[in-house]
Amino acid sequence: MSQKPPTYLGGEYGMRSWLLTLDHKRIALLYLLGVTFFFLLGGVFAVLVRLELLTPAGDLFQSETYNKLFTLHGVFMVFFFLIPGIPAVLGNFLLPLMIGAKDLAFPRINLLSWYIYMVGGLFTLYAMLAGGVDTGWTFYTPYSSTYANSHVIAAALGIFVSGFSSILTGVNFIATIHKLRAPGLSWFRLPLFVWAHYATSLIMVLGTPVVAITILLVAVERLFHVGLFDPALGGDPILFQHLFWFYSHPAVYIMILPAMGVISEVIACFSQKRIFGYKFVAFSSLAIAVLGFLVWGHHMFVSGQSLYAGVVFSLLSFLVAIPSAVKVFNWIATLYRGSISFEAPMLYALGFIGLFTIGGLTGLFLATLAVDVHVHDTYFVVAHFHFVMVGGTVMAYLAGLHFWWPKMLGRLYPETLARITAVIIFVGFNLTFLPQFVLGYLGMPRRYHVYPLEFQVLNVLSTAGASILGLGFAMTAVYLPWSLRYGKKATPNPFDARGLEWTTTSPPMAHNFEEVPVVSTEAYERDEPEVVHV
Amino acid sequence: MSSRTEGALAHHFETLEQQAEAGALGMWAFLIQEVMFFGGLFTVYLVYRTLHPAAFVQGSAHLPIDLGTLNTGVLIGSSLTMALAVRGAQLGRGKNAALFILATMLLACVFLGIKGLEYSHKWHDQLVPGLNWNPGPDADAHLNLFYALYFVMTGCHALHMLIGLALMVVVARKAWRGGYSPGNFLGVECLGLYWHFVDLVWIFLFPLLYLLGRHGPHS
Ligand SMILES: [Cu+2]
Repeated sequence: MSQKPPTYLGGEYGMRSWLLTLDHKRIALLYLLGVTFFFLLGGVFAVLVRLELLTPAGDLFQSETYNKLFTLHGVFMVFFFLIPGIPAVLGNFLLPLMIGAKDLAFPRINLLSWYIYMVGGLFTLYAMLAGGVDTGWTFYTPYSSTYANSHVIAAALGIFVSGFSSILTGVNFIATIHKLRAPGLSWFRLPLFVWAHYATSLIMVLGTPVVAITILLVAVERLFHVGLFDPALGGDPILFQHLFWFYSHPAVYIMILPAMGVISEVIACFSQKRIFGYKFVAFSSLAIAVLGFLVWGHHMFVSGQSLYAGVVFSLLSFLVAIPSAVKVFNWIATLYRGSISFEAPMLYALGFIGLFTIGGLTGLFLATLAVDVHVHDTYFVVAHFHFVMVGGTVMAYLAGLHFWWPKMLGRLYPETLARITAVIIFVGFNLTFLPQFVLGYLGMPRRYHVYPLEFQVLNVLSTAGASILGLGFAMTAVYLPWSLRYGKKATPNPFDARGLEWTTTSPPMAHNFEEVPVVSTEAYERDEPEVVHV
Repeated sequence: MSSRTEGALAHHFETLEQQAEAGALGMWAFLIQEVMFFGGLFTVYLVYRTLHPAAFVQGSAHLPIDLGTLNTGVLIGSSLTMALAVRGAQLGRGKNAALFILATMLLACVFLGIKGLEYSHKWHDQLVPGLNWNPGPDADAHLNLFYALYFVMTGCHALHMLIGLALMVVVARKAWRGGYSPGNFLGVECLGLYWHFVDLVWIFLFPLLYLLGRHGPHS
């Protein structure tokens, strides 16, 4: 070819060419816009919650308003940011590139899933504007059925609809990974990011439909009062919790497995080594996906579930720690004697390892029956899952966004500023959530907007941390768009990483590669043999 | 490769075979999510049946077993015509495939008609929870749960049939116009898989709702 083909960003311009695009890379950018919007929206609610908690008295909001604030924070963050975040943005963009394909298996369905996601989001947005929801993001009956006094149906239907986007993405990824790998790219040569997304897709396909039917049943109950979850008419509210958590515990792994995939890529690149124990890391993703379906009862230790069920769920929950620890130890073993450099993605990745470990270990406290009775529904739980969701998923999302930013948009982000921001976010995060462990252990319950005076110091610390964290996010939201115009032009492989996505131009051309790549090396293999010290 | 099959190959696949395999795999993955969707419903059914067996026996006994059996036959027949449509497409007989899909649509409409008749009987007997509910003095206190689940389960199934009907219109048109060939009949194949799944759901719904415990102590 005499002339370079235009990149996927060039060629066609105009709204139409974007809104009707079938290119996975453009769809990933559409998702990036949607996901960022909902993240900011969820962030606004977090700010309001932290402001209210600055003082022991309820001086900003009434309790009803406060209930709506933390509900909307949870709903937008969980269903419209954390669940689609990494898979639909980074996964969408990178899976075909990483396996040497021209696109996902079903490009039309990929576009459809973005529209479904947006429609679901708008539904929930409508519920917010119409007056909000106050059930908590878990929609427990009878808050959401018999005693619902807010726009539960609209919000729940939004989540129901966006669930189908998740399912279609999962189906698409599974077919793509099975059938579109480049010649020579066998399963055990796949980047670990791909393995992580494969495991994630399994959960999306197996878990999401269960929450869909659950939401449908709540809607039927709410609209027709037929007693499906109402004990007065023979229904069982605990059954709702079983069905809800059957999806919503595995949903935690929809959020964290892709994050772990990102971390594997970043660690391998910035320590210039192959991932230690590749197969263990790959299979641990599958193990987490499978075990994740057997532990939902740990959310119901004090809900009236039988003690024996509690014991079994407790034990099974402990087992999840094994594949999680396999990953953490293998990342650390990869770092050992690697030639490490501390670019911004690596700072986020190292932050991830520390914070996710704390989040995971405190999960063991909660999986212990007796301890859970003490800390259930306290800030200890809040701190625990924010360490996993924010310390884990958000850190990895930022690591991945920076790492592949040059590939996705063809510009380098400002490195020094990004490193400073990474440190700010790490400090802000810890200051926000470490005090909450103490608060919870001392007995401060979650979901209240007033609290006794003795909890104020820790709450002020937490709110101060949240402001620092918010500053970090705001800086990212400024310099990343800034770099689109003023950033240095990116070379195909600015970080000297390994993987097919780095062999094509930055940003890639519409069909990803000039010709179908043929793979003859293992994942992360470096040209020069590693020095082995015996 | 003829010009027709070349046009059928999407740009991101190397061969028609790869495209067909990916499509079929995607369809199976989608059906697995369908299994989980109905699986959730069956779970709810089993839990409430265990909690309130008398109500469920009473409910089952009141469902019209003759109409239910007839509908089971109709739906199994439609699975046969659908299988024949797939075979027609496989052999390159587009018109033959289209006609068998048309037969499937007719049978599906018969099924939905009979289902509608059953629903109207329920309305007439005031056995629609939430909307028209007056089951009489002898009714079990939890009969509402049986009927609520009856309507949700058969309603979800009927909705899947309606979606199937819409898909059949599209695929039959394409088949009639010769849009499929022996090497390229993925659309018909996926439609077939979907329809057999919908049929299979009914094969579980029928005994659960109409047969189980029918001759129990309360009937
Ligand atoms: Cu859990």
